[in-house]
Amino acid sequence: MKEIRIHGRGGQGSVTAAELLSVAAFEDGKFSQAFPAFGVERRGAPVQAFTRISNNPIRLRSQIYTPDYVIVQDATLLETVDVASGIKDDGIIIVNTTEKPESLKLDTKAKVMTVDATKVAMDIIGVPIVNTVLLGAFAGATGEINVESIQHAIKARFPGKVGEKNANAIQKAYKLIKGEEA
Amino acid sequence: MINPAYKKKMVVVEGSYAVAHAAKVCRPNVISAYPITPQTHIVEDLSQFIADGEIPNCEYINVEAEFSAISALIGASAVGARTYSATTSQGLLLMHEALFNTSGMRLPVVMTVANRAISAPINIWNDHQDAIAQRDTGWIQLYVEDVQEACDTLPQLYKIAEDNEIMVPGMVCMDGFILSHVYEPVVLLEQELTDNFLPPFQPDDILDPEDPKTFGAFAAPDTYEEFRYLHEQAMQKALPKIEAVAKEFEEVFGRYHGGLIDGYMLDDAEIIIMSMGSILGTVKDVVDEYRAKGEKIGVLKVRSFRPFPKEQICEAVKNAHAVVVLDKNISIGTNEGALFTETKSCLYNSKVRVPVIGYTIGHGGRDIRVESIAKVIEKTKKVAKSGITVESQFLDLKEELL
Repeated sequence: MKEIRIHGRGGQGSVTAAELLSVAAFEDGKFSQAFPAFGVERRGAPVQAFTRISNNPIRLRSQIYTPDYVIVQDATLLETVDVASGIKDDGIIIVNTTEKPESLKLDTKAKVMTVDATKVAMDIIGVPIVNTVLLGAFAGATGEINVESIQHAIKARFPGKVGEKNANAIQKAYKLIKGEEA
Repeated sequence: MINPAYKKKMVVVEGSYAVAHAAKVCRPNVISAYPITPQTHIVEDLSQFIADGEIPNCEYINVEAEFSAISALIGASAVGARTYSATTSQGLLLMHEALFNTSGMRLPVVMTVANRAISAPINIWNDHQDAIAQRDTGWIQLYVEDVQEACDTLPQLYKIAEDNEIMVPGMVCMDGFILSHVYEPVVLLEQELTDNFLPPFQPDDILDPEDPKTFGAFAAPDTYEEFRYLHEQAMQKALPKIEAVAKEFEEVFGRYHGGLIDGYMLDDAEIIIMSMGSILGTVKDVVDEYRAKGEKIGVLKVRSFRPFPKEQICEAVKNAHAVVVLDKNISIGTNEGALFTETKSCLYNSKVRVPVIGYTIGHGGRDIRVESIAKVIEKTKKVAKSGITVESQFLDLKEELL
């Protein structure tokens, strides 16, 4: 089983990202589960959402404390939230930032990767909404999920132009993090 | 990987949507509910179905509060309508008075309760205190473990409640947020199969001006006791019916979640963990780890809390060395959860002699971790070896906050 924790701020679509990830994982033929760290959500407040992906039915209902992967939507969270908390040593943390991984100075043995998801979102979608873009980066960085499955999931959730633009942005982030594009 | 044949039938949706869809295919005639976290998405989805014309011959009555919602359904059910509502926490408490009216008039209203803690202090997260506080209202209460069971139990409960030998209302209790807001693969109930499984509501007695009858009339001391007796008799008849309907459901849909109870690794279990609701999933994962080490730990899922399956519980635990009961509620003043108290009660006059301890857990949505379940199992192993030292206690209490 692979466990993913998404850090964001209220309004950034962390919960939607976790849900889309679960839909995409299922399309890949795996069992999946997505849920928010239920809170009294407020725009701008730090929030978490979780996804589990497994080859077997998922019964576990606790929150995720030792994730395999962490996605951080907003680098300003690094100042107040321990995003690396509990992550496995061979895990990956993906941060939306213009910085290089080493300059983030995260206290972790896990691999840190960065992508300027905000730029991708502005260039392709036209708004600074990065949740779907980061799912493309996640697919590229981890190989846990087919990028096409994420694109299908987003197009089903947001039919028409919005879905198309998001799918393009997902593709861009996927290639950026794999180093196939700059 | 998921069996491709099964995958074709499944979709990944929010628990609330799946439940609203299940309510839809049960073909209710009247729905009335008032939105309250974490039940809100269920009634939003139902409102959408109604607005889109997807529930034929059904009226959604907008009301100003939960007391009105259940009152509207009392009237609707009395004239022979199949009725549905959903609520939680303070909303369920506001219904409390009318819940007795519903069951006393023997009206088979069915509702989903997205279980949540109650105020004060205000808390919107999951535990079972809201539904447990309704245990004496004369409603059937079935607790479910996952989203699929939350869906599948709805048509089952209609079939049980609407049986003319029973005619008692019922609630499907699903853990708020944990199940109502989770996305997981589920088979949405097929309309055709549901129609095959669940016959139309055909009560022997309805309110009808052409054939006048009285519901919930005055009952003086010379008759009131007999009403209470018949209500209890109906609940006792529900015991075998719950088992039978779960099996009928399996024949039609191919899924079985247990009848009154269900066992997991139970047959040779020396230590048994008993509980209700979604925590059973986490418990089963922990039990698998113990089984891998060769330790005989098993799980007893209690699906029906009302009626309470005394015989089945006695039979299930009779060979265990120790039993631990996990309750997401507490009866303040007893320092015990309800399932724990009632489990001890049904064992007392039986021939079964087994030590039973209790934990009250997950109050107000406190997350229950794998490590905590393992801790409970270790304590119960000690009880099996050297007897009870602490009979009932809070799990994961933060001593530093006291």
